[in-house]
Amino acid sequence: MFRYILRRLLQMVLAFFGTTLIVYALMFAGQGDPIQALAGERPVTAAQRAYLTEKYHLDATGVGGFFYRYFDYVKSLLQGDLGQSLTGRQIGDILQAAWPVTVKLALIALAVAIIFGVTAGVIAGIRRASIFDNSTLVLTLLVLGIPTIVLAPLAQYFLGVKWQLFPPTAGSEPTFYALLLPGIVLGSLSLATALRLTRTSVAENMRADYVRTARSKGLVKRRIVSVHVLRNSLIPVVTFLGVELGNLMSGAIITEGVFNIPGVGFNLFRGIRTEDGPLVVGIVSVLVVVYLVSNLVVDVLYAVLDPRIRYE
Amino acid sequence: MTQSAVRPTPASPTPPGGHLLEVRDLHVEFRTHEGVARVINGVSYHLDAGETLAVLGESGSGKSVTAQAIMGILDTPPAHVRSGQILYRGRDLLTQSEEQRRQVRGKEIAMIFQDALSALNPVFPVGWQIGETLRQRQGMSKADARRRAVELMDLVKIPAAAKRLGDYPHQFSGGMRQRVMIAMALALDPKVLIADEPTTALDVTVQAQIMDLLADLRRDLDMAMILITHDLGVVAGVADRIAVMYAGRIVEHADVRSLYRSPAHPYTKGLLESIPRLDVRGQALSTIKGLPPNLMRIPSGCPFHPRCPYVQQVCVDVVPHDLVLGDGRTSACHFAQEVRDDSAR
Repeated sequence: MFRYILRRLLQMVLAFFGTTLIVYALMFAGQGDPIQALAGERPVTAAQRAYLTEKYHLDATGVGGFFYRYFDYVKSLLQGDLGQSLTGRQIGDILQAAWPVTVKLALIALAVAIIFGVTAGVIAGIRRASIFDNSTLVLTLLVLGIPTIVLAPLAQYFLGVKWQLFPPTAGSEPTFYALLLPGIVLGSLSLATALRLTRTSVAENMRADYVRTARSKGLVKRRIVSVHVLRNSLIPVVTFLGVELGNLMSGAIITEGVFNIPGVGFNLFRGIRTEDGPLVVGIVSVLVVVYLVSNLVVDVLYAVLDPRIRYE
Repeated sequence: MTQSAVRPTPASPTPPGGHLLEVRDLHVEFRTHEGVARVINGVSYHLDAGETLAVLGESGSGKSVTAQAIMGILDTPPAHVRSGQILYRGRDLLTQSEEQRRQVRGKEIAMIFQDALSALNPVFPVGWQIGETLRQRQGMSKADARRRAVELMDLVKIPAAAKRLGDYPHQFSGGMRQRVMIAMALALDPKVLIADEPTTALDVTVQAQIMDLLADLRRDLDMAMILITHDLGVVAGVADRIAVMYAGRIVEHADVRSLYRSPAHPYTKGLLESIPRLDVRGQALSTIKGLPPNLMRIPSGCPFHPRCPYVQQVCVDVVPHDLVLGDGRTSACHFAQEVRDDSAR
């Protein structure tokens, strides 16, 4: 197990440099004049231009120059300095403000998926082919079929604007209540997937041979379902939810955009729109780490949940 | 091992001359989308304290389904017990409530299954699984259940039982896994043990060890045993009586000796003739022609008639009843006498 984790960590280092390199290249390759982009609409004097060219090693050209600047960037990144956004703010500060909001939103979405998705999935799996099972099938297919870009504005319009049950937008310092509706919208997709997955897993395990054994031991049905079946059925579900949490933590660009939530996805989207290269690369670098770590945690968790899995 | 040495069961106190366990005219069908499969069509057999009954038959003959009906663990739907009685100590289990039947499971009648790897829960340690029965059914404490689990694992001769308590099913070999299964079934000192093809998934040498173990345990713990198998070789040394099943019926029922010496049903005769013999060289192995019947379209009359070398018009038209041939033997064949005489020659 220890050797497995070590190997995975080494792989993560490679994956990290690979992804940051690609994002860095994509973000800066297409840029015409980085100094003018930095200055925005204002004119740049020759002295400023010379200073910035020196500072960012812009005099080195071609592939060599690109790698020169990339290593500059990685060097400061490894020292914990994410650099400055084109707006002049420290990217570290931006993330520090945005992350708690995104984490809150992600946790609400995940809670929605667990409370409703997993519970309904268990019931549907036990009562296979019942009315409940069939109606959840239709509902989940509906949810899976509607893209967030449609669902989010619809929810915002009806629940937020028309019936005014929730605040339609979150604002700069969002409360839990303001995040609830976006959280439900964001979680609905995970909910639907978690429900289908749980349902299939439970239904399959209900037919397993060990259930017959448990019955022949004279255990009550409640115990057979809640201990024997559930423990086995939840292995794939927990794995899915772990990966999903990683996804949700990386920010929800559409949901945060629609509800005006100042989270990670919101800032990332703004960075892309305003061609703020340093901001995009900075955020993506951190997201890559979050994603890699959450995947590793899920893989380790998988081995803990299923004793048959052994990592060498 | 004082706890496991149960006292001999008093010979069935309820109806005078009654059997410990008796299945009477059991009918079970599976209702599926494709139609109704008549899986059990009037099975009757009985089991007395301290004896071993072998139920023999090929796949799909209904031997396991009968056993699961006794345990009350048939999946309903699709399975439905249409009619019949299952008497345990004179009381009909089929008329009892689910709660009453649950009390019987494991405590009075226990069962072990063919494939111990899938029959054991993969995510719990074996000691936990053995102890679970004791904790849940007898309210034993965790520590006591552990101690007793070690005793039971010792009883079924699992080496270093105390050390292996925390191991998971996949960490055991096939034979050891089946021993765990047996230990689990013995946890509540059952009076009847149903072994459903306990050795089918095992190597031949391990098969013999498990059969010996089962025979020893049956004797030492004074249980009665129903041994379900399709392997004639397994039966000979262990069983007292044999019931042969075909298409959801008992076609022949006899004590082991006379059945082997002179089978009185063409199906049994065919089975015995298809065993390769060590003392006859270079002989072509005889087979039973044809295939087992589709249980949704069981042939008219005697269900074996399309495959039977003795077939006559009467076999196509009339369902044969059990013919009683002296010494308690029965055979559901119109020509039972002839078949037996042929076999005896």
